[in-house]
Amino acid sequence: MLSVSNLSVTFSQYEQGLRRKQLTVITDLDLEVKAGEVVAVVGASGSGKSLLAHAILGILPENATVGGTMLFQGQPLTPGRCQQLRGKAIALVPQSVGYLDPLMRVGQQVQRVAQLNGLPRSAAQTAVKRTFQRYDLPPQAARCYPFQVSGGMARRVLVSTAVVSQAELVIADEPTPGLHPDVVVETLNHLRELAQEGRGVILITHDIEAALMVADRVAVFYAGTTAEIASAQDFATGNLRHPYTQALWRSLPQNDFIPVPGNQPSPEALPVGCLFSDRCPWMTEACLPERPALRAVRGGLVRCIHADR
Amino acid sequence: MQLKPILLFFSYKLVRLALLLVAVAVLTFGLMSLSPIDPVRAYVGADMLQISAAQRELIAERWGLDQPMIVRFWDWFGQIVQGNWGTSMVFNQPVLQVIGQRFLVSLQLLAIAWLLSGLLGLVLGVLAGAFEGTWIDRGIRLYAYTLASSPTFWVALLLLIFFSVSLRLTPICCAAPPGVLAQNVTFWQHLHHLLLPALTLSIIGIASIALHTRQKLIDVLHSDYVLFARAQGESLWGILQHHGLRNILLPALTLQFASLSELFGGSVLVEQVFAYPGLGQATVQAALRSDVPLLVGIVFFSALFVYTGNTLADLSYQVIDPRIRIGGRRAA
Ligand code: SF4
Repeated sequence: MLSVSNLSVTFSQYEQGLRRKQLTVITDLDLEVKAGEVVAVVGASGSGKSLLAHAILGILPENATVGGTMLFQGQPLTPGRCQQLRGKAIALVPQSVGYLDPLMRVGQQVQRVAQLNGLPRSAAQTAVKRTFQRYDLPPQAARCYPFQVSGGMARRVLVSTAVVSQAELVIADEPTPGLHPDVVVETLNHLRELAQEGRGVILITHDIEAALMVADRVAVFYAGTTAEIASAQDFATGNLRHPYTQALWRSLPQNDFIPVPGNQPSPEALPVGCLFSDRCPWMTEACLPERPALRAVRGGLVRCIHADR
Repeated sequence: MQLKPILLFFSYKLVRLALLLVAVAVLTFGLMSLSPIDPVRAYVGADMLQISAAQRELIAERWGLDQPMIVRFWDWFGQIVQGNWGTSMVFNQPVLQVIGQRFLVSLQLLAIAWLLSGLLGLVLGVLAGAFEGTWIDRGIRLYAYTLASSPTFWVALLLLIFFSVSLRLTPICCAAPPGVLAQNVTFWQHLHHLLLPALTLSIIGIASIALHTRQKLIDVLHSDYVLFARAQGESLWGILQHHGLRNILLPALTLQFASLSELFGGSVLVEQVFAYPGLGQATVQAALRSDVPLLVGIVFFSALFVYTGNTLADLSYQVIDPRIRIGGRRAA
């Protein structure tokens, strides 16, 4: 359904007077999503996760340039096509109620999404009612302002916005942080349901555990690139290919609980060779001259020249 | 809306108002006592030469001018509280009556200017904010900064010279054609005379409303909820219609109520330039001719007026913003 290859996103900024600076935040990013599956995109902040979502929706700021190819249902996603598709075929489930208009009742906002999908007013109202019922939202919740709804209700309202649209691809951006564990499970189940209905779902998160609870496949992002794409089982079976993914896995509390040493390189000073080279325990001379290409190893994709060792 | 917080709000505001008026009274009285105007001389006027020093003493004694300041203040303040604000020497009428009549005339001017500045300012601000960084934005900002930094009376004179003297489109002075009895003035003549002063006065407010609205709209357009609206496929026009206006209207309205004070101040200059017989012009006359009772009355009245404007500004938040209106009450 969605296939992203070699995506790059570059911001041009003016710093001190008129000197232009190019800041490449995403380099060689790849992702593949099929209908009916949940793909988790995992990475630390600054790894380009949210920007990927904005790039797919075509809502990056004006000073951003996009390179590489994005295909949606086989057709390239041009800016014009993005504009047609966003909110209709491709929907975003944002992070928090902060993404709702603070002065508009939530029911009205969900209804607006339905109307933007071409439903007439009355049909949109019924669609909102149906969706709210589906997610156990009481009818009076529709008349609440965003500041009045609780964290769990807010999550369900936000998912509702994607459900009233007929979106085939749903992108959930960090839907779980700061939530009660029950609500996390509930939210993830909602995403799973969307995939079971035949939609493609991208779950963007920094929380590997949450990702593994629901995802079919996990894409691990590092410094704006795809380090590895593995199936969810690979984590439990120890079939991980990239040293960064392995380090992330070990850093979980139920595993060794050792944090990954060092920091992500800043986009202003990216290494010439492998982006992970300054933190990698397996690093050799061969890693330095150029960026490793994404290649298939043991049923997954990985961007590391020593992955099959 | 619940009644209790509103009652509480009003009683709080009333107490504040009372304190403000007492402070104004003390200050005014202090300034009055320090001013070089001799009350006896001001009262008697040209006949001053014909009365003897002994007679003057007698008047002063009868008025209590020989009493200590505190006693005089209480006497005076008691009269003010009872509604006896004295007689205006310029108009030879009770002060309250002068203020009432004059304010009614000014009110039309203020109301038109207030509406004009609010509407024009909002439209310009929205345009500039929606097209941030384009020549439309730059043009509107240049216009707003120029207006904000030019003195009102100067703008008034320029407009008067251009529209009344050169183009002869608008009358040159007053609230009605000269020589026509008040009851014979038609509505159109009235409006015709109001037009240019009101326009001039509105210019004061436009710049600040436009610049504030622009900034607020830019903030809104860069907010997360507008990003989400764009992700839902909303167009720029749709965003303005459904999210922009809703979120900028409240601060604009608040600012607009708060701007009543500037408007009132501006009316003094504008009415003077256009010889428009309102309260502003009366203020100038009272000041130039040492009409202390009228001046004091106007001081009190303007404090009340400005305070009302600011209270309305506060109130608009309570009434309109659901976050404050409904408060911390969360729906189940
Ligand atoms: S390519 Fe080299 S530096 Fe990069 S992850 Fe693999 S081993 Fe480490």
